[in-house]
Amino acid sequence: MSSAADRAAPPNRGPLVRFLVLLVIVAVVLYPLIWMIGTSVKSPQEIVSNIGLIPEKFTPGNFAEGWTKFDVSFGRFFLNSALVSLLTVLGNTISCLLAAYALGRLRFRLRGVWFAVMIGTLLLPGHVLIIPQYILFRTLGWVGGDWPYLPLLVPAFLATEAFFVFLIVQFMRGIPRELDEAAVIDGASPYGIFRHVILPLSRPALVTTAIFSFIWTWNDFFRQLVFLSELKDYTAPVALTLFIDSTSESAVGPMFAMSLLSLIPVFLFFVAFQRLLVEGINTSGLKG
Amino acid sequence: MTASTLTRDPAAPAAHRPGRRVRRRRENLAGYVFLSPWLLGLLGITAVPMLISLYLSFTDYSPLISLSDASWVGFDNYRRMFTADQSYWHAVTVTITFALVAVPLKLAAALGVALLLNRTMRGISVFRGLFYLPSLLGGSVALAIVWVSMFNREGAFNSFLALFGIEGLPWVNDPDWALYTLILLAVWQFGAPMVIFLAGLKQVPVELYEAASVDGASAWRKFAHITLPMLSPVIFFNLVLETINGFQGFTSAFVLSNGTGGPVDSTLMYTLNLYIKGFVELDMGYASAMAWVFLLVIGAITVLLFSTGRFWVHYSDNEER
Repeated sequence: MSSAADRAAPPNRGPLVRFLVLLVIVAVVLYPLIWMIGTSVKSPQEIVSNIGLIPEKFTPGNFAEGWTKFDVSFGRFFLNSALVSLLTVLGNTISCLLAAYALGRLRFRLRGVWFAVMIGTLLLPGHVLIIPQYILFRTLGWVGGDWPYLPLLVPAFLATEAFFVFLIVQFMRGIPRELDEAAVIDGASPYGIFRHVILPLSRPALVTTAIFSFIWTWNDFFRQLVFLSELKDYTAPVALTLFIDSTSESAVGPMFAMSLLSLIPVFLFFVAFQRLLVEGINTSGLKG
Repeated sequence: MTASTLTRDPAAPAAHRPGRRVRRRRENLAGYVFLSPWLLGLLGITAVPMLISLYLSFTDYSPLISLSDASWVGFDNYRRMFTADQSYWHAVTVTITFALVAVPLKLAAALGVALLLNRTMRGISVFRGLFYLPSLLGGSVALAIVWVSMFNREGAFNSFLALFGIEGLPWVNDPDWALYTLILLAVWQFGAPMVIFLAGLKQVPVELYEAASVDGASAWRKFAHITLPMLSPVIFFNLVLETINGFQGFTSAFVLSNGTGGPVDSTLMYTLNLYIKGFVELDMGYASAMAWVFLLVIGAITVLLFSTGRFWVHYSDNEER
């Protein structure tokens, strides 16, 4: 602020008021999360009687109880979730990168048509395809089979998440064409250009893809609910819904404890990559 | 220089021509090599299932029998949907209510907070991050569980009301209110559109506001005549995205009603209804018909939004900034 403005105007309370308003909004927005943490260490009696955020009697036992509440432990469910999420990250990054390189940088017949089709699938609701996919995967013996995660993973390895293809294409368009042309003069093939020019320069887009891929898959419920049939194969979100069935009061604490644990990986990603996540949705309009 | 002079350059030595043709053929092949996983996915995971789904929508089919045994019933599924199935129309009403209330509220919250944050101020990135956090967590089962507990009879929300001597309702068990707790959960996740609004606000040229100040324009007039028009492309983008997402809400409704759409069908979102018909009642022919109508309606809404966009979305001519 310039000194002339300082002299002219009386002390401005605007910024302070704005700050206080923002503080109140933050408190309201974060309340459910803080309440969740408090409730996860409350005893059954206190969950009903104590309306405060901090428990009078610290009850960490909820975590142990929730962990072993069902025939299969939550350790297994979290491991399943991690396996599905990490393999989906791998599949999405590789397959979407390959498709994006073709659509964004190479000249080949019908490219325009395929690009338009890819844009068309961007807005295609996943719920529309779930029934025929279920029938297809069941016919192939993938649902509840020896490899129960094939229905969740195979689509990721086939670049069906058009959002990421689009995101990487957009990013690749910013890489100067001259680099390709120089490589061509040096005798590089399209594969060589991919390996030595595009792949190293696309790393930021790949990191964004990987992070969003992980968070979306970790939080995903619909597909996991439909395709996982055996308790031992359940992922954390599907297992959490088992708590809803047991309506007894005593289950609330353990239910909150396990819910809290299930949010931690996403929270850690948020802390580590906050800047990148915010920039990621800026450049592509990706949903959180 | 035009494309044709580039490709048919008479000065180019003749010896280079075959090389160029070979290179183009190689690039053509490479294009399809790199595209092959995506093409396979398009065919096997998207296109063929869509066709199967279209076929199934004219049949009576349960997954307990093989696909070839599905019995053809013509337009019966569609007729049943539009004329006989009360719960179907109930689900349509619930979904439209959800989208019509949640999307404007969410966008208004996003824009309001973005305007508050759009000043140079210390700690701005901390605020931005904290507001964004619910967008990352809010779609999960875990958060839906917390939300439902918060609006129970003994939940935190009623405890809060009790401080003012108000006796709350069991909101999530009340058919008149259950959907609104889900709407609130959607609005709570205003951070993602807010971040996009913030980026849009940064693009508005400061000179416009300065010129308006010189002309003595009030804060409201600046908002209505500069901010809103300049922001309209971003508003439009968020509107399309949030509307399409709004129609597809599933997880929170599933958790609140334990997969039934209750109480009294009040949270029977379209996708939840589709899940129940297809995977609980195993009426997959009918559910496929529902899926196709859903697809067509979402497509129609997108087209509608884009066609109205012409009248109110203002694209600036120069995009240098």
